Amino acid sequence: MDEERDDRADRGVPDVERPPEGPPLPDQVGAGGAMGARPDVAEGWDRPADLEKDPALVPDIAETDVPDDLRGEIERLMSLYPDRRSATIPALHAAQAAHGWCSPEAIRQVAAVMRVTPAYLSSVASFYDMLNERPVGRHHVYVCTSVACHTVHARRVYEAIAGEAAASELEDTEIRQFECLGACDMAPMASIDGRYVGPLHESDAPEIVAAIREGRQPLPGRGLEDSDYRLPWGGRA
Amino acid sequence: MPLDELRLMKNINEPGLAGIEVYERLGGYQALRKALTEMEPEEVLHELEESGLRGRGGAGFSMGKKASFIPKGTMDKYLCCNADESEPGTFKDRLLMQKNPHRLIEGIVIGAIAAGANKAFIYIRGEYELQAEILDRAVAEAYERGYLGDRILDSEHSVSLVVHRGAGAYICGEETGLLDSLEGKRGNPRLKPPFPANQGLYQGPTLINNVETLCNVPLIVENGAEWFKSVGTEKSSGTKIVSVSGNVRRPGNYEIELGMRSGDIVYGLAGGPPEGRRVKCWFPGGSSAPVLLEEDLELAYDFETMAEAGSMLGSGSLIVVDDSVPIVSLALRLAEFYRHESCGKCTPCREGTNWTVKMLERIDHGEATPADLDVMADVQTNIIGNCLCVLGDSMAMPVGSMIEKFRDEFEAHIEEARRRNGGLPLAAHGGRADEAVGSPAA
Repeated sequence: MDEERDDRADRGVPDVERPPEGPPLPDQVGAGGAMGARPDVAEGWDRPADLEKDPALVPDIAETDVPDDLRGEIERLMSLYPDRRSATIPALHAAQAAHGWCSPEAIRQVAAVMRVTPAYLSSVASFYDMLNERPVGRHHVYVCTSVACHTVHARRVYEAIAGEAAASELEDTEIRQFECLGACDMAPMASIDGRYVGPLHESDAPEIVAAIREGRQPLPGRGLEDSDYRLPWGGRA
Repeated sequence: MPLDELRLMKNINEPGLAGIEVYERLGGYQALRKALTEMEPEEVLHELEESGLRGRGGAGFSMGKKASFIPKGTMDKYLCCNADESEPGTFKDRLLMQKNPHRLIEGIVIGAIAAGANKAFIYIRGEYELQAEILDRAVAEAYERGYLGDRILDSEHSVSLVVHRGAGAYICGEETGLLDSLEGKRGNPRLKPPFPANQGLYQGPTLINNVETLCNVPLIVENGAEWFKSVGTEKSSGTKIVSVSGNVRRPGNYEIELGMRSGDIVYGLAGGPPEGRRVKCWFPGGSSAPVLLEEDLELAYDFETMAEAGSMLGSGSLIVVDDSVPIVSLALRLAEFYRHESCGKCTPCREGTNWTVKMLERIDHGEATPADLDVMADVQTNIIGNCLCVLGDSMAMPVGSMIEKFRDEFEAHIEEARRRNGGLPLAAHGGRADEAVGSPAA
């Protein structure tokens, strides 16, 4: 009935100042917080939504430039599951590996291949710690500071590495405290580009930072996957 | 007592065990052969139930019973192996997947056939990159040899297996959070019922088991339920891999008989705390378990004794904390973890973890009074049992137990921090408990 028409549809949208679109500004990147690079509150909570803007649709694959190998990889991943959306996390991992982070462009490419909206992918990417919607660096150093590592002063190790990296202006590397990495026998430990190393000491920081800068493997022989790896007391991990 | 013979960790350091040749040479995939040729799926189920094998991921539910809940019928049914080992202090599944991936695959195939599932997934946490690669290789080898795929070993059973990597969210170890994550969504837990056995992955019947649980399956099929029950206690049968960490001299994974004296694990196997230190408290089952005290090391380490003592065996991870660690810093670090990992779906957990962190920070900054401890304890009781999953409880129980058991130290900390900081506002102090305040017990 006309009288009961919802007049909210005609309500004007208040004029508010909006941040420019596109990738985050430099001062928005790497804001500090309890977990290092990750702030306590989700980003953008204080920015108003643009109600006049239509939601982004599924990008047309014909109009989206997707690198062939990334497209092939995402299609392979989708074929593994009964529902193609199950490939969301692995596909975002693949896009992140190709682009360095889940940039708007990376998200658009995944969306085009998977035939889902960018918003859906963004909702997933923002949930998981290992998917970055900001350019945090292609290398990562996750220092475990969880309960078991805490008892052996892991925070000092984190501060030493972060301090060394800052002092020597190490670039393109995300250094953050991380929750339990499941290697408490190696405590205190870190995952450097996926390779578990430990037990660490503050004095290891310069070597770690130098190795990342020079593109070589840090602390050879002290990684979990190294064949001669032994814990300090002689046991095997 | 220590085991006469290792079961899960037998041959674990054999070179090349992760490859299929060595695994087969050591008797691998014989259990699967036996399950396919000599047994009916119902018999396998019966054997699993009879063995008394309880889930090794945390809840300790009977594995055979869980598998028997899967309805019969010809629809797609799923088995998900929970390899999202994220509970602080737990690293047993990492060892099993890295060193002996085929044992897990064999367990998955047998479990899937017993439950009638035809599609299996391993949900492995994203941080375990090395272990995921090892599993990928092992799965490819198993397909090649016909242990996976269509008509396994020329039987009528078909099982597919995909290794699915997560992306760093503790909540995805919760079974329904895991299902949502595997469906490609944010890993928010679901309301139960319906339970996954009826409506799980893609709304189909789904069996979800931990890595260590499934690794026990080939052993039970091969040696029988009686053999499995020959060690352990009546209600906690079999062996368990315990991960011992924290302030001990020999941290690591140890396979024990359930019912072993806890002190023998901490002192005998792991070497106890460093010279001159005493055990202040210990978590018997990962950081979600309420803490126990030094005198509780006399207790037998099994599901029922730990529950009677007001804690839980959980994932079987003992984190030992010595008297060099201030209890407030421990509680704060623990609460920060759960605040960070709370998915935000349920209010008591999302707000409760956040406020607990804030209150612990107030204590540390010298802005609290002993009355705040009661408020904090009250917050914990209002979280427990009021959420869709137990993540909030997992903070509330240990923090609550710390306030209860170390109230004197909390009060002394409050006093000392107040004196030291002279009531200055929070912003004036950047210090943290572990650096600023020595433990009164130290």
